[in-house]
Amino acid sequence: MDKQTELDLKGLALKVREHIVRMATDGGCFIGASLSCADLIVYLYKEVLGLTPDKVQDENRNYLLLSKGHDVPALYGTLAELGFIERERLKHHLYTNDSIYWHPNRAIPGIEFHSGSLGHLLSVAIGIAYDIKLRGGKNKVYVILGDGELNEGSMWEGFLVAKAFKLDNLVAIVDRNEFQANVRTEDLIPIEPLEPKFEAFGWNVKRVNGHDYTALENAFNWIPHNESPSIIIADTVRGKGLPSIERRADRWFVNFKPEEVEQLLKELHGEAQAELTSETLMVR
Amino acid sequence: MTYEDVLKEISQQSDKLIVMTAENRAAIRNLPPHLGKRFIDVGICEQTMIGMAAGLALRGRYPITHALATFLVFRAYEFIRDDVAIPNLPVKMVGGVPGFLSDANGPTHQAIEDVALMRGLPNMMVFCPSDAEELAAGIKVLAEYPAPCYIRHNPHPAPIKHVAPFEIGKAETLSEGNDVAILVYGFLLREAVKAKEILEAHGKSVRLVNVRMPKPIDEAAVLKAARECALVVTLEDHFLTGGLHSIVAELLLKHKLAGNVLPIALEQRWFKPALLDRVLEYEGFTGKQIAEKILKALS
Repeated sequence: MDKQTELDLKGLALKVREHIVRMATDGGCFIGASLSCADLIVYLYKEVLGLTPDKVQDENRNYLLLSKGHDVPALYGTLAELGFIERERLKHHLYTNDSIYWHPNRAIPGIEFHSGSLGHLLSVAIGIAYDIKLRGGKNKVYVILGDGELNEGSMWEGFLVAKAFKLDNLVAIVDRNEFQANVRTEDLIPIEPLEPKFEAFGWNVKRVNGHDYTALENAFNWIPHNESPSIIIADTVRGKGLPSIERRADRWFVNFKPEEVEQLLKELHGEAQAELTSETLMVR
Repeated sequence: MTYEDVLKEISQQSDKLIVMTAENRAAIRNLPPHLGKRFIDVGICEQTMIGMAAGLALRGRYPITHALATFLVFRAYEFIRDDVAIPNLPVKMVGGVPGFLSDANGPTHQAIEDVALMRGLPNMMVFCPSDAEELAAGIKVLAEYPAPCYIRHNPHPAPIKHVAPFEIGKAETLSEGNDVAILVYGFLLREAVKAKEILEAHGKSVRLVNVRMPKPIDEAAVLKAARECALVVTLEDHFLTGGLHSIVAELLLKHKLAGNVLPIALEQRWFKPALLDRVLEYEGFTGKQIAEKILKALS
């Protein structure tokens, strides 16, 4: 990857992270899972999907589905920066005058399908990918899965079925940020080792650093067309970009005070860590 | 024309139709050669079938999904709710052996709360055909109708000559009468016809209403029956809660009608598993037993 492309991606991801942080107040958002996959979503939009605002209904477009759903602030931010929605609309986050809330929904241009309940969109992606194959299309379907989401039985149904139908136009990406809600995945229902599990299900598997654009480039360029679906395990850091909340089990959903947001925006730019006094949220 | 014949015909006319099953081919076993890749068997994965159907519908297809009613509605309910009802996608869900038709399978296979659950979903229609003929007529209309619908599959022969073509939201009034109106859906029409004959032999005039679609309910037909008949009977192979009796009760209350209503449905328990006719006898749903209950209520 050339330097300029990488700089552009980093610049865009920083803006997206600023949007995420701004959505983390006045009601708040699922900040950790949004920050962990911000680089991934930015990379997909800029380098993989080829989507532009005028193509959101094009039957030959590539599809991106967010199955874990909590990461939608990263998508809202990306859509705003790339002109799919007005940046001003992000101020409507959690207001009834718009449809920008805690989970994705189709009222936002560029969002293909809603999610919120875990374990759903792999099967929806399978349906889309199957239809594309049926019509002889060349487009692909990308679906971002949470690592905690892999607890759901329906995911494993989907892994079996996608392989059975030879959907090599389907690419799943696991945002492997190591946490589910307020616990480390490995401390609850261990999911590792992941590669042999997916290999055993007949998928092509690649594991990369989900914050390294060159690694992501290599992974997305690698996807084989061999009658098997592919899965990229993107190792990420929950809360990436904000050392004060990175890998913090209690910073899953946050609702910061406005002054904390101001500090966090500076922290994103490499300044001192924010002093956070807002209550942490534990769901367990 | 059978259900399968209709699906075959529609699929030849339109490439939008997709037939899906979670490894239950009883109703559609002859279709694979005609549909090719538009016949999708996902294996025993009801949730994935519904999610996949939603994905296909997003691409402009009209999927008709099949599984036993219990597994389709209950195992995959949240997928139906989230991925079909919320986005109002035109997915059809055909449940096999619903109600008493699960005969000797036991309670795991008894879909007798399916109508309650499915009608509770916004956008969802519910069609309970009385027989194979009505099922075939209904699927012809519903297959490419742009909304979701749950269908209770019924392969039994027609117990009566139908007098009205299938129309969405319309009941079929099979006979006029003012002493008692029997409102029924699905397979139990067969027993209702027998009950009607017995009641008529006792000098009662019977209005037999084949409800066909519990949702959207034919309000006019129900209200007319409540206004004109001394007794209204709701007859269903479903729990008393949430099905036809509840629908009629809600409707009458909305219109401030204090109807004289006799519900014949299953109380809060699953029915005794056995061969179908023995189930009917044991549970009190034969035509004769139904007639006796009605005569008692009229006396």
